[in-house]
Amino acid sequence: MSASGLILHPAEPPPPAARLGPAGWARQHLFNSRTSGVITVLLVITLAALLAIIASWALTSARWGVVTDNLRLFLIGLYPPAEAWRPWLGLMVVSTLTGFSAGTWGGPLRTTAVWLGAAQLLLAGLMLASPMGPVPAFGMVLGAGVIGAGAMAARRRPPSRRLLRWAWLGSLPLVWLLLGGITDGVVLPPVGTDLWGGLLLTLVLASVSIVLSFPLGVLLALGRRSSLPVVRILCTGFIEVVRGVPLVTIIYLADIMLPLFLPGDVRIDRVIRAIGGLTLFSAAYLAENVRGGLQAIPRGQLEAAHALGLGAIAIHRFIVLPQALRMTIPANVGLFISLLKDTTLVIIVGLLEILGIGRAVLAQPEWLGAQVEVYVFIAVVFFVLCWTISQASYRLEATLGVGRR
Amino acid sequence: MRAPPRPLPSTPPWRDTRVLAVAAQVAVLAVVAVAAWLLVGELLSAMAARGLSFVPGFLDTTAGFEIAETALDYGPTDTYRQALLVGLANTIMVSVVGVALSTILGVLLGIARLSDNWLLSRLTAGYVEIFRNTPLLVQLLVLYFAVFLQLPPVRESLAVGDLAFLNQRGISLPRPLPGLSFGAFAAIVGAASVAAWALWWVARRRKREGRRSPGLRRLALLLLVGAPTVAWISLTEAPIVLELPQLGTFNLRGGMSLSSELAALLVALVLYTSAFIAEIVRGGIQAVPRGQREAALALGLSEGAVLRRVVLPQALRVIVPPLTSQYLNLIKNSSLAIAVGYPDLFNVSTTIANQTGQPVAVIALVMVTYLILSLITAAIMGVVNRRAQLRER
Repeated sequence: MSASGLILHPAEPPPPAARLGPAGWARQHLFNSRTSGVITVLLVITLAALLAIIASWALTSARWGVVTDNLRLFLIGLYPPAEAWRPWLGLMVVSTLTGFSAGTWGGPLRTTAVWLGAAQLLLAGLMLASPMGPVPAFGMVLGAGVIGAGAMAARRRPPSRRLLRWAWLGSLPLVWLLLGGITDGVVLPPVGTDLWGGLLLTLVLASVSIVLSFPLGVLLALGRRSSLPVVRILCTGFIEVVRGVPLVTIIYLADIMLPLFLPGDVRIDRVIRAIGGLTLFSAAYLAENVRGGLQAIPRGQLEAAHALGLGAIAIHRFIVLPQALRMTIPANVGLFISLLKDTTLVIIVGLLEILGIGRAVLAQPEWLGAQVEVYVFIAVVFFVLCWTISQASYRLEATLGVGRR
Repeated sequence: MRAPPRPLPSTPPWRDTRVLAVAAQVAVLAVVAVAAWLLVGELLSAMAARGLSFVPGFLDTTAGFEIAETALDYGPTDTYRQALLVGLANTIMVSVVGVALSTILGVLLGIARLSDNWLLSRLTAGYVEIFRNTPLLVQLLVLYFAVFLQLPPVRESLAVGDLAFLNQRGISLPRPLPGLSFGAFAAIVGAASVAAWALWWVARRRKREGRRSPGLRRLALLLLVGAPTVAWISLTEAPIVLELPQLGTFNLRGGMSLSSELAALLVALVLYTSAFIAEIVRGGIQAVPRGQREAALALGLSEGAVLRRVVLPQALRVIVPPLTSQYLNLIKNSSLAIAVGYPDLFNVSTTIANQTGQPVAVIALVMVTYLILSLITAAIMGVVNRRAQLRER
């Protein structure tokens, strides 16, 4: 009996579960009509033929040695082997943070953490099959272990979320410093960005660009909605021009023009130029995402905040942006995925990210004609990365309840 | 003694929002102007020092390089202007064909994704995931090397009857050419189309007046289909002849040929974009409430009529805006042609930039061209969108 006197309805019994069995399931899902049956048969035949062709190529005639022999190049490019512990330590920093975050927030971050761990174990396996040997493989296993340990530690004693957020923000310059080194440093001798390459460069380009484009994109979005015509026209013009031209032209232009903006003696390296182009590009798209979020904030909230005497800055700082940015997280994750894929375009200016390294590897005389193996491997790497992030993003959308509130 | 009346408290200018708004704009403008002054000054002096300019003064100079595939007349003795136009024509051609094909494939995939056949819907989902989660550039390279360059050499071309030949260099297809009686045929078809359009127009006007005239519409349709058929049969000479590709000892002659580069670029663009379109179509169809479909079926409409008259018109409202941005993406992505060496606008322009040593002017010109292409596409799709949107009374 309930204390409040309300009559609690007994839960309705669930509908009887349909018991089909495999044959019944197939009849319902594969052969529910004549057309459907024909489609099923045709698809099975096509799929079997396709899989047979691919499998016979992948298992017999494909020369996968091009991947294992050059694994180091694919991962870190021309980064000096003696300093290879630095990218690894950077990965450890990210792994630790991911582990702690997964334990603290759970949800989509847990998916990401599990995949990051699995990817490192997979890499460890690949490294054992390659000339890189057991030491880096052990490093990868350690990375996966750190993720698990971090997650468990965070579950037992959750760290301050604010601290964790700042740690994430601080990790980027830290990793950059770790990779680039200090001029005249003994512990961290400088490693020029022209030596960064492979997957390392791909990830650095994508993450640095998205982080840098965030403040720029938010400002552009606010500017586009400003009541001041000058600001609005400038921001709208920038956004629309950038969105109207191909990314390759922007990267090409950034490569040619960025050095021209600076006084003659200041040299600006190619990686930074590419990051500049990618940042401008993604800022325009991010601004449109943020604009969508801003438009979704009911006017009443602004008016209420005004009535409470808050100024424009305070309204945006405390009322509008926290809600709008939260709403745009899934769209911005989508933007990050496309940016990650778009980093391949920097081969146009000769950078050796993973696709550029692939082309360099193919120029080696012993691997002439192994294009398909190299490009399929690169496609798989991107698929694992992007698919993982998109799965996490679906979960994120569900957690945030975007579109349902 | 009473104190003198105080003046009314007026808003001081530094708190007056009207003054502040103007001041803020002036400040922004000033900052932008100063930054632009400094940067542009630096830029111009740097450009001058390197002999660079924004003005494409080389357009009328002889280009001197070959372009492999041209839709317009072009030879190495032509000007840079003509070379750029050839590139632009190629970009437009790839974009138009790509948009058309990826729309068809995308719609089919989107519907297949919602099929009640489990295998079909799962496979489509797999297709969408694979193509959306890998870079287009990598897909293009895989296709080019794994499919198009693996085809046999010219002499051992794969033949589809006498009609088409597939080999390493590309695909050869029959080319339609105007026959002897083409003029007469074109005139008949033109006249029939005009007449059909007039009948259709009358039928529409009558419909607006509330009168039904199915006969008129049927007559229009009959004219449109019947007249060309009758003309084709009755004319003694065929109005359109197909020129078949002929396999020679070293080469394929005649017919219409698609190079491997163009074919790979088109296929890659279509496969990639259609994966995105499929998701848009699926979302659009799912956005139409189930009740609508059920109600239409209950009213006795056939499955086809339900899809055509109830579901799709409503789904289109959701589909058109994101579809537009996919079309824009396809146009912009066609610039990846440079990776396989197809001479599109961007590819031609990089060659010109290298030859003339004026990359800034070339790339600025190319960016403006792409911007105009984007604007034209957006304007066309804007018209489509307005027609698709709900017209409320």
